[in-house]
Amino acid sequence: MTTATEPAPPAKEPKVNRLNLEKSAYKGLASTLCKGCGHDSITRAIIDSLFDYGVDPMKVAKLSGIGCSSKTSAYFLGQSHGFNSVHGRMAPIATGVALANRELLNIGVSGDGDTASIGLGNFLHMVRRNVPMIYLIENNGCYGLTKGQFSATADRGAVLRKGQTNELHVIDCCALAIELGCGYVGRSYSGDFKQLQALIKGAVAHPGTAVIDVISPCITFNDHDGSTKSFKYVKEHKGFLHDIDFRPFFGTEEVDYSPGETRVIEMADGSKITLGKINGSEYDPTDRFEALKLLDRAIDEKFYYTGLIYEEAGIKPLDEQLEMTPEPLATLPAERLRPTDECFNKIMDMFR
Amino acid sequence: MSATAAKTDAGLSPVVDGTVINDVVVEVATANGTGSQSANLILMRAIFYMGIPVSGKNLFPSNIQGLPTWFNIRANGEGWVARRPHPDFLIAMNPETAEADINALQPGAFLILRDSLKGFLKRDDLVVCECPFDKIVAGIVKGLLRKKVVNVLYVGVIAHLLGIDVEAIEKSIDWQFGTKKKAADLNKTAFRESLEWARENIPSQEKFQLQKSDANEGKIVIEGNEASAIGVVFGGATVLAWYPITPSSSVCEYAIDYFDKYRRDPATDKATYAVVQAEDELASMAMVVGAGWAGARALTATAGPGISLMSELAGLSYFAEIPTVIIDVQRMGPSTGLPTRTCQGDILKAYYLSHGDCKHVLLLPGSVEENYEFTMEALNLAEQLQTLVFVMSDLDLGMNYWVTDAFKPPTKSITRGKIVTAEDLENGVEFARYRDVDGDGVCHRTLPGTPHRDAAYFTRGTGHTDTATYSEKPEDWKNNMDRLVHKFETARSAVPAAKIETAEGGSEIGIIAYGSSDLAVREARHILARDHDLSTDYLRLRALPFGAEVDQFIRSHRVIYLVEQNRDAQVAGIIRAERPEFATKIKSVLHYDGMPIDAGVILARLLKDGSRENGSQ
Repeated sequence: MTTATEPAPPAKEPKVNRLNLEKSAYKGLASTLCKGCGHDSITRAIIDSLFDYGVDPMKVAKLSGIGCSSKTSAYFLGQSHGFNSVHGRMAPIATGVALANRELLNIGVSGDGDTASIGLGNFLHMVRRNVPMIYLIENNGCYGLTKGQFSATADRGAVLRKGQTNELHVIDCCALAIELGCGYVGRSYSGDFKQLQALIKGAVAHPGTAVIDVISPCITFNDHDGSTKSFKYVKEHKGFLHDIDFRPFFGTEEVDYSPGETRVIEMADGSKITLGKINGSEYDPTDRFEALKLLDRAIDEKFYYTGLIYEEAGIKPLDEQLEMTPEPLATLPAERLRPTDECFNKIMDMFR
Repeated sequence: MSATAAKTDAGLSPVVDGTVINDVVVEVATANGTGSQSANLILMRAIFYMGIPVSGKNLFPSNIQGLPTWFNIRANGEGWVARRPHPDFLIAMNPETAEADINALQPGAFLILRDSLKGFLKRDDLVVCECPFDKIVAGIVKGLLRKKVVNVLYVGVIAHLLGIDVEAIEKSIDWQFGTKKKAADLNKTAFRESLEWARENIPSQEKFQLQKSDANEGKIVIEGNEASAIGVVFGGATVLAWYPITPSSSVCEYAIDYFDKYRRDPATDKATYAVVQAEDELASMAMVVGAGWAGARALTATAGPGISLMSELAGLSYFAEIPTVIIDVQRMGPSTGLPTRTCQGDILKAYYLSHGDCKHVLLLPGSVEENYEFTMEALNLAEQLQTLVFVMSDLDLGMNYWVTDAFKPPTKSITRGKIVTAEDLENGVEFARYRDVDGDGVCHRTLPGTPHRDAAYFTRGTGHTDTATYSEKPEDWKNNMDRLVHKFETARSAVPAAKIETAEGGSEIGIIAYGSSDLAVREARHILARDHDLSTDYLRLRALPFGAEVDQFIRSHRVIYLVEQNRDAQVAGIIRAERPEFATKIKSVLHYDGMPIDAGVILARLLKDGSRENGSQ
């Protein structure tokens, strides 16, 4: 085939992922949170991870409860259905979504008030059921949307902006999740972009409940001296458990790591999480007791150990426990939802 | 003592040579957890097998073992089987209540008395049959089984006294024990022994007799909760989330059984449904909301305390327009109340459940058949109207035994309402989640996972525009709220219309009732017409919001008696609020002691008003 016109100089191709989608397909509305809010960094990490991973936005359900963090579900994946629901009830709402449509990737974003206070019971039961979903906690230790009251993830001894000291024991959602059988538990910090992305991608690959607790400072109400979740405090009191990376199953390059220095976790979909030793010390995220001990120690040390805290493969997710048909229940044709008249009449005969 | 004493509060069958044929109330007083339920059901079903209309009401305590329980069986050849308070026969098995039970009997009533309880008998105006049940059972079985088998002995005695067909009893025993042949045989032996004993030791009576009839052709015996469960499974429900609470638990337990049997894919044996027992009612309703949002036909079943907990999510379902269904099997409140007693006390609460301006569609089943039909209907309506739909059952319908025509297989197809698909979008259909394009207040929705880039929208409980974006603008808020009212008006004509029965020539007196009051109302009307020359018209409300036929009915009657099983005249309140012009026309007939309503309550009120009016004229 010939053409009369000269070919135009090639425009710079925008970067696309394996679904041929540009990053813009993963973006949402502009954030209305305070400038500098840790949550906005997490939103960016979500966008980048899902873009990199090549998650189909049309197969995602975004779920959230109520609070600053829950608002962020509007700020990413504009092409996904989203549900900013009720305070504390995101976990059971996501459970219902997961049952209605097994093909969806459920991404839940919640806060510490939502998760550790009003919705703690529901959160724990979701974990216990192993509902297939990613449950991100944007943890700032306070209630932002009601102007700075303590939440249940505030550390003992932490001081509020107005001077009150928290005398209560901290609720550690990671420890609770491990206790209740969660197979994927991570902790990160909103500023640690690379680690957070790796954890999110790993969560996408995990078939059951994946809980990621992200310490995310509240710049308006909890960023002062005396706070244990201020930017300054967290930066000075956190450490990486490992140098984490995520290798998707569709990648062609061999995983490049030095044996003895890197642990590799194979995920159910064939992707891999690599955990490089830091300063020669190795943390074993498959040892449940080690993980719980670490978290317990962290409370005394007032320190945030971040990375993949616990991983366990092979726990049946809820949809498998229920022996559900693989297609979404939501779109099963009517004839599969109603037994025959013959069955009906057989039932009637039992009552005669 | 003649049979007429018992006649005052009942519509009776023919009396032949002084014998009342096919009209009797038998009450059995036992202790909970002693296995008496089997014996009671054997007795009730035997009467059913004789072709006589019958009902069985289990008046049980909130207790697993030990507290008193009563089973009230009413057989009536003409089909008047609403509860009748004064039994013609009392079977007294429980020492704890024997004295009070005996003292409550009408003079002339029959008392079948476990002989160990004779110390409680302090009156001489009863026909007493002392029965050595413990001695008889000792001759049949040993050990702990005696405690269970002793119950079937009273079946033998009452069978002798009422002339219950032996074959019907044996057939009933077989039904009761199913494949447990050993248990069936043991019960048959015990029944025969006691029948023999009764024939030898208790003189026959001629006051009440049961005779074979043919009224039960094509009929079944069923509890309303099981009927609801059948509606769940045949209504195409896909997600059921629940939390155990009396008296609704058995809806879900029966549904689980039927799902397992009838809703697995024949090729793969995989479930076309999901059932989750949640951690509380907040969670069960949240699961239903999540599932409904994602496109499941989702429901829960609960009782009053449960709907209190579901309140916030009910508002979300209403405002975000998510199809959900709650079956409320009403029990006595407030608070824990009387968990094993019936009432219609949740109507107002359910109608307005949640904060802000909130209104819900309520279906009001008046029979176990409607438990089945309305459950299916609710699943359809929830999707058609994209909102929460309640099915307001109650303990009397749900947990008692009703003789009814065998249900027909579903005639209405499963409908999913206005769903925009990827194909529609590809074909240029415009999608705005909260835009009223059809003028009926019901908008279009897409389901999460729809493979089209224009399918997504953002659901929120906060203020929104018609394209589902966040808005705090006064006009957006008001427009949306007004559209929801418009949708509610659409619901008025979409819900099951009221049923109206008009007296010959019509009457200026109208009765309105709903739910489990139906049989008692119809019996009362029958007696008023037959014995008091007082004809009445009757409207049975089957849903809220009420349709135009209710307006018409109220308008065309001089006075309306609104029968309810609650203290605060809850439906009357709703009608008065929505139609203030009718406010003074409505007189309430209220019954709220926890027992199922009986015709006498309605009769007494109408007769009292009637005589007052006559006196003043």
